[in-house]
Amino acid sequence: MRVAILRFPGSNCEPDAYRAVAREGGTPYYLFHRDTDLQDADAVILPGGFSYGDYLRAGAIARFSPIMPAVERHAADGKPVLGICNGFQILCESGLLPGALERNAGLKYLSRPVDVRIERVDTPFTAHYRKGDVIRIPIGHGDGRFTAAPETLAELEQQGQVVLRYVERPKVDAPGNPNGALNDIAGIANRDGNVVGMMPHPERLADPLLGSEVGRRFFSSLVQWKRPALVSHA
Amino acid sequence: MTIATPAAAAQPYPGDPALTPELVREHKLNDREYAEIVGMLKRPPTVTELGVFSALWSEHCSYKHTKPVLKTFPTSGPQVVQGPGENAGVLRLPDGWAVAFKIESHNHPSAVEPYQGAATGVGGILRDVFTMGARPVAVLNSLRFGPLDDPRNRYLFAGAVKGVGDYGNCVGVPTLGGEVTFAPGYSGNPLVNAMCVGILRETDLIRAKAHGVGNILMAVGARTGRDGIHGASFASEDLSEASEARRPQVQVGDPFTEKLLLEASLELITSGTIVAIQDMGAAGLTSSSAEMAARGGVGVELDTSKVPLREAGMTPYEILLSESQERMLVVVEPHRIPEVQAICAKWELGATPIGRVTDDGLFRVVHNGITVAAIPGQSLVEDVPLYYPEKAESPAAVARRSATPSAAPATDTAGALLRLLDDPTIASKRWVFEQYDSTVQANTVLGPGGDAGVLLVEGTNFGLAVTVDCPNRYVALDPYQGGMMTVAEAARNVACTGAVPLGITNCLNFGNPDRPEVFFQFAEAVRGMSDACRAFGTPVTGGNVSLYNESPIGAVDPTPTVGMVGLLADVTTRIPSAFQRPGDLVAILGTTTGHLGGSMYWWLIRDFLGGPPPPCDLAAERQLQRFLAAAAAERLLHSAHDCADGGLAVAAAEACIGEPYTSQPLGAGIHLEQPAGISPEGLLYGEDGARAVVSFAPDDVDRVRALARELGVPLAVAGSVTGPGTALRITVGSQTLAWETTELRRTYLEAIPRRMSA
Repeated sequence: MRVAILRFPGSNCEPDAYRAVAREGGTPYYLFHRDTDLQDADAVILPGGFSYGDYLRAGAIARFSPIMPAVERHAADGKPVLGICNGFQILCESGLLPGALERNAGLKYLSRPVDVRIERVDTPFTAHYRKGDVIRIPIGHGDGRFTAAPETLAELEQQGQVVLRYVERPKVDAPGNPNGALNDIAGIANRDGNVVGMMPHPERLADPLLGSEVGRRFFSSLVQWKRPALVSHA
Repeated sequence: MTIATPAAAAQPYPGDPALTPELVREHKLNDREYAEIVGMLKRPPTVTELGVFSALWSEHCSYKHTKPVLKTFPTSGPQVVQGPGENAGVLRLPDGWAVAFKIESHNHPSAVEPYQGAATGVGGILRDVFTMGARPVAVLNSLRFGPLDDPRNRYLFAGAVKGVGDYGNCVGVPTLGGEVTFAPGYSGNPLVNAMCVGILRETDLIRAKAHGVGNILMAVGARTGRDGIHGASFASEDLSEASEARRPQVQVGDPFTEKLLLEASLELITSGTIVAIQDMGAAGLTSSSAEMAARGGVGVELDTSKVPLREAGMTPYEILLSESQERMLVVVEPHRIPEVQAICAKWELGATPIGRVTDDGLFRVVHNGITVAAIPGQSLVEDVPLYYPEKAESPAAVARRSATPSAAPATDTAGALLRLLDDPTIASKRWVFEQYDSTVQANTVLGPGGDAGVLLVEGTNFGLAVTVDCPNRYVALDPYQGGMMTVAEAARNVACTGAVPLGITNCLNFGNPDRPEVFFQFAEAVRGMSDACRAFGTPVTGGNVSLYNESPIGAVDPTPTVGMVGLLADVTTRIPSAFQRPGDLVAILGTTTGHLGGSMYWWLIRDFLGGPPPPCDLAAERQLQRFLAAAAAERLLHSAHDCADGGLAVAAAEACIGEPYTSQPLGAGIHLEQPAGISPEGLLYGEDGARAVVSFAPDDVDRVRALARELGVPLAVAGSVTGPGTALRITVGSQTLAWETTELRRTYLEAIPRRMSA
């Protein structure tokens, strides 16, 4: 599984994604924002960070990078694309995913663990989880409040495009939804399920030496992913 | 004065003001210093040269008051790769790895513009580390403000925290720890100290030493603007009403450019393309070029008209003294200029030749063909006049140390714990550190909120424990004991994770050194820190001195912040701070004498800040460190937490309260023997050093006891951990105190948010 990991100016989580893919036996490699060819990628990861310093709006400048038309073609071919944090923001800005990520409801950057429930296990990134699994993984973002027009939101729910949802556990000090995201949405897929964006960082808990590796299966799912006949989730 | 033949000629730049005594004074140069300048040049300086001397001979750059004292720090050891004098210190790690680290202050800028002041403080310390060839893997910070009931202090606190967060988050370096302290002495003069830790292959180490006559100096990174001119001299005077007017001297940070500069610099270094590199930090181009030349024993010639500018019409004086951020000076062999420019272009950065290395030893500046400065370079950097200030402890300090509280002892011994946990200095700093990314880079093993942060060194199975500490109350009451205790607390925090302390960096924040009582504090604190560093085998690898931390309300508490790194040979043996399993036994390590002098208990409950601080027993501290490391290596302990502010009761409460996002606190039942002559308050809230609260499986009790006996650490098995939702019960003699741990946790977590939303 060849996994292209994109580097935009200001990306800072690309080494983390690289390690997570390599650990599962995949073949990660970096592509630069100025590249125009994905070099036979089976999958693409847009990593976290602050592309272009989040200037103007998170992801707003990176979406115009020379590499993005190739990512759009790759996605249109039904091949896997994962955007984590800033990568999710870029995917929304580029129109590969619906909706937008706005300033956190608390108006502050938030770095903390969150509990998220896996809502879909038929994407290339969640196949190794069980539906309903709740995992605790970190977030680190200032602009993670998922929002969409009411009709878009309704469609996302109807089509089962919500992949991850923040959940509250009993007696936790902080609310389950850290940023005010509509419908507690932490991650979504496109209609075909091959493009996924998520705010939490599974790659940050994917190493047994760190004490928890609950995020590993996003990457083991991907590396062992066999492209099925495409089905709609209507 | 008769003027001999000038050493080298320089001319005024058109438009320079006349050289008058007033102008010299405005440059913070006294008569003695001015005379030394004229003697060195054998002519009066040009205005440009006056600016250069003003910057390099400021306290901030020259250490002219403190150098003789700083020389007494122990700086050597088998683990030292690079001691003081470089951009950062470097210690050796296993398998060819090394750690570069340093702490620095950004106090004065943060006092007038907290957001940018703190942000650029982080930016500067990151650059100090990556210019050594190290990739930054952690930042920590030590922040001090006045009490939060004052809206100005809330503004400074919130602004500084946001500044630290926004900068570090964007660059992508996790914040693994820190400390925040609130005390009246910091109103008006907050302290913002930032530390960075980086990892490198020892073979990639590069030093900021210019050499090779004919080599080219290049400016890399951001353009030069008018921001921050005279920042170094601003940092070298007391804060006053007029300081607000210094706001334009605060630099503005751009973390996005910093991230690009980081990647470009590491690529320049690891590819072997450059000879030397230094951050244009305090005093900008002037200090970076002059210091690199002096270290290499060569001269430099700068052509300031070649420096890429943000705005037209800047004079050489302004260009030399600008502190615009995110700029580097690199030394390059001429034939490699295109390679340097290609690497920089990849990262969207400019790289412009602006000067060369010369053989005449002069620091020469040319602008549009006019030589505006020509100063003997070595003398400029090294012949700064030194001062040996008088030192004498103030009678008031002596009296305060021997005083005792006049108010009657409190009757509500149990309620005191809640008061202590509600104090912002003791309370959880979750409000702070959840604004800092603590998990980026995917190497965080123990994040903020515990005794020390622990990170995995990527590609290995060892880890580093990192902490910053300063018990400033103790230093204020007894600078020698407090200085020792500062190092001891840092080492204890590192040791509680199971790591072996390796070395320190320090940031010495004091008042005006011309006041004998301030210089006494400085010299005594350094003596105490040195003794502790020698006892622990943890050399000083560098740091920073910040003097003149005085505002109209007086000097800050003397605050010699220590940043320490320790090594965990196997990162999976790390010990968390909080209790982990109901049924585990709880033991108290160390000796409790019930020492309340200088304690938070006396301050908060009996409204008395004084008495002798706890004496620092270096041998006992060393034994405790050894025990914790050995116990970790044998995987004997499930938790370890040191006793500091608020003593044993606060340590036990914190161990119950648990990690910042745990769902439910655990309880504990602890029985304390009450020796004759020790009050319940002293047992619970006394702040004797060299102690920790640990927990372990009941089956391991014999092994734990044997290890403690072998290493000479007093150990008292005092109780056990109880289940989620149960109370913390502490029995003192015949009296049992109990607290609902959910209430302890709520109090502890809400103390700061409650005040910040007031």
